[in-house]
Amino acid sequence: MQAEEDTLENMVYEAELEIKNAEGLHMRPAMQFVDIANRFDSDITVGNGETNVDGKSIMQISMLAATCGTRLRVKAEGPDAQEAVNALRELVEEKHFDEPTPKR
Amino acid sequence: MKFADFVCFEAAVPELRACDRDGVIAELVLSLDKAGRLAKGKCEEVTAEVIKREREASTGMGKGVAVPHVKHKAVKDIVAVIGQSSVGIDFFALDKQPVYSVILLVSSTDDPDRHLQAMENIFKHLQQERFRKFLRQCHSSEQIEELLIEADEDPSL
Repeated sequence: MQAEEDTLENMVYEAELEIKNAEGLHMRPAMQFVDIANRFDSDITVGNGETNVDGKSIMQISMLAATCGTRLRVKAEGPDAQEAVNALRELVEEKHFDEPTPKR
Repeated sequence: MKFADFVCFEAAVPELRACDRDGVIAELVLSLDKAGRLAKGKCEEVTAEVIKREREASTGMGKGVAVPHVKHKAVKDIVAVIGQSSVGIDFFALDKQPVYSVILLVSSTDDPDRHLQAMENIFKHLQQERFRKFLRQCHSSEQIEELLIEADEDPSL
């Protein structure tokens, strides 16, 4: 995780988030992700190591095929970058989209 | 994953008769059933489950496409069917616009990763304006199959 000051208005903030629910980032979680991302003014990009997509587009997020255990790089750029990344971290890692984690 | 790995081409419906969401879902599931891709006697159950899922949140993602889907024991491996409507269907889409191309997906209950890989492939292409336009222009099962095979070969389509 790192924050760098671009200008006073434009922060860049990123974090690596791990998908923890067993079914992965299928459409329902993807919609939750996009809903939260769209609450912020910052631009949000999400990368899986191969591709980077727009975190506010449901079609693009669905393209990530992020299975359980996948680590996604989430980057926000804008006035509320840090809040955006924190909100997404809570959804993905703490709430794991209100879905079950794998049975061990 | 490629379209050819999971799309049942012979079940494609180039001109849907139904013009409402639930009717379209029923028509596409029935077509999969007729093609022998569902376990015996499961057609109505799968239809009901897809509709139930669709009511929770629309899979009409905008730009004239919808991807209704369900995980169900009626299939051992993932299978999809494509339907086209020239009049447009109200799918309660996110952008409130009618839907012209429907990709209905039934996934097995025990392989969530395969479901995600199929979705990745579907959206990779549906995102491309050119692909959506070509799909809308398909008026026969053969044309749909040709387009999808071409898309499998050409990642930019």
